[in-house]
Amino acid sequence: MKPDLELYDYWPYEGRPKITWPNGAKVAFWVAPNIEFYELNPPVNPLRKAWPRPSPDVLMAGSRDYGNRAGHRRVMDVMDKYNVRGSVSLNIGLIDHHPELIEEAKERDWEFFSHGIYNTRYSYEMDEAQERAILEDSLESVMKATGQKLAGYLAPALTHTERTIDLLAEYGFLYSCDLFQDDMPQPINVKSGRLISMPYSLEINDIIVYNAYLGTPRRYGQMIKDQFDQLLVEGADCGTVMCIPLHAYAVGHPHRIKGFEDALEYITGHAKEDVWVATGREIAEYYYENYYDACAADIAARKGG
Amino acid sequence: MTLDKTYLEYPNRRQGMDHDLYDFSMLDRRKPISWPNGAKMAVWVSYALEYFPLDQPSKPFKVPGGMVTPYPDLRHYTTRDYGNRVGIQRIWEVLDKHGIKATAAVNSKVAERYPYLIDKINARGDEIIGHGVDMGKVHYGGMDDAEEQALIKESLGVLRKVSGQPVTGWWSPGKSESWNTGKHLTANGVEYSCDWGNDDMPYQMNEDAGNIWAMPHGDEVWDRTIIMDKKHNEEEFCEQVEDAFTVLNSETDQYGGRVLSIVLTPYIMGQHYRIKYLDKILGWIMSQDGVWSANGAEILSAFKEQA
Repeated sequence: MKPDLELYDYWPYEGRPKITWPNGAKVAFWVAPNIEFYELNPPVNPLRKAWPRPSPDVLMAGSRDYGNRAGHRRVMDVMDKYNVRGSVSLNIGLIDHHPELIEEAKERDWEFFSHGIYNTRYSYEMDEAQERAILEDSLESVMKATGQKLAGYLAPALTHTERTIDLLAEYGFLYSCDLFQDDMPQPINVKSGRLISMPYSLEINDIIVYNAYLGTPRRYGQMIKDQFDQLLVEGADCGTVMCIPLHAYAVGHPHRIKGFEDALEYITGHAKEDVWVATGREIAEYYYENYYDACAADIAARKGG
Repeated sequence: MTLDKTYLEYPNRRQGMDHDLYDFSMLDRRKPISWPNGAKMAVWVSYALEYFPLDQPSKPFKVPGGMVTPYPDLRHYTTRDYGNRVGIQRIWEVLDKHGIKATAAVNSKVAERYPYLIDKINARGDEIIGHGVDMGKVHYGGMDDAEEQALIKESLGVLRKVSGQPVTGWWSPGKSESWNTGKHLTANGVEYSCDWGNDDMPYQMNEDAGNIWAMPHGDEVWDRTIIMDKKHNEEEFCEQVEDAFTVLNSETDQYGGRVLSIVLTPYIMGQHYRIKYLDKILGWIMSQDGVWSANGAEILSAFKEQA
């Protein structure tokens, strides 16, 4: 183990090269529905149990399955209503299990990014060949099912190894959602190629708000609006990114969907000169084209602050 | 240490579920259902009457609501018992006020210890469903099969004998099952289970699960989950009930009748400072158009006629 994987350099928030998003927008906004498959009886990883109870953990597995059976419709309908295309954090195995959901996302020109094969298979203790196999499976399966070349990655259940981030760059991924150090994209130090960290969120992530902060559904909507207001002000100076990560098994319940809908109505009610509604890939590509070099140079010049 | 190569093998990676207990089905693609008298919303109130033994084992896991402190945990034992004495009376009075007939999930140990409660339930006309023997006896994967069969027979046998009701529904203590629970339940005359919170409507499981019907009795709009686990207050619980009703009701024009399940725990929602909020929200729901107050067996029966 190491004290720091040195994936990125310290880079103070103040005084960075100013990013202006398309149309002069101050905030690049994206929504990332996690479309996940949790196995009822997965093999055991020595460092993390999939379920708190012996299999079959019908309470937990059933609650996850709710998202695909029922909650998905509500999340997608709200996003359709406000013309927001999703960037799907996809457990790749779901392509085989539930092609219906993949088709619906494809019809809407949503982006897919990899979230591992299953949310019940963790990266801990994987050797390099195994971790490569996950990425190769992801790339091939998504290309075959959707014609998209994967651009983004979020490790399954946020389980990583020391080599995860380097491997992403080697396989040509454009962005990683695995790092939470910033509200702006940042060039990442990788052994080969290029990679950026893309602001995702473990703050206004529905699961975190409901299960860690124990927030109410209405409070969740207010938190999203408050975050947007702050990033809009700051984005006028620097250009910020805001992501709402969702799980249909959580926000897709009838007692919860309204908070999210209210927030989406509020954000998309802003002018296009304020907010650029995009996908993860679109934000990454725009960043590489216009700002990657300037930001990398600024980081190098200010190394260590 | 590295992972065995089987960790990257996916023998159940195929269309549908990764097991045979039930088939995958998207809620919005199913045939619309209509409830009796043209109702749009079936409102299913259920409450649990539970016995938490002081010497309750915490293996293989601690059941929600179970004992917390070192033995004897009189603090939690008596707090739970409060529900069976005082809290349930307040809940019944609120249900009566709004003309709601409910489903009572009863540990068979409660029926043996407090037959008064069974008489009251019968007098009200509430449905009784099996809820295991007591909260110290959970069903779980890997348990001894004969032991599980004995628990199911004991629970259903006692409840049927004491209540005279057919007892065709089931809610496992802690919503925990073994791989065989469904099969044993249907072999013992149970038609529906409340354990799988994966849908908003009833659906029938497969042979591997005894062809039991899964009812939409989630662990979400449940005072225990929202107030005890999520630490929301009673007003916030009621807001969530209201929002759930509003959203489900708004879907009925497009998708047909829906079920709102409201799950109550007498030692929680039956507290003095909480009961008025329950009164208010149930009053509001029952004043809406197109609401059918029904128990689990009635909802399933109406559903099956159209399935």
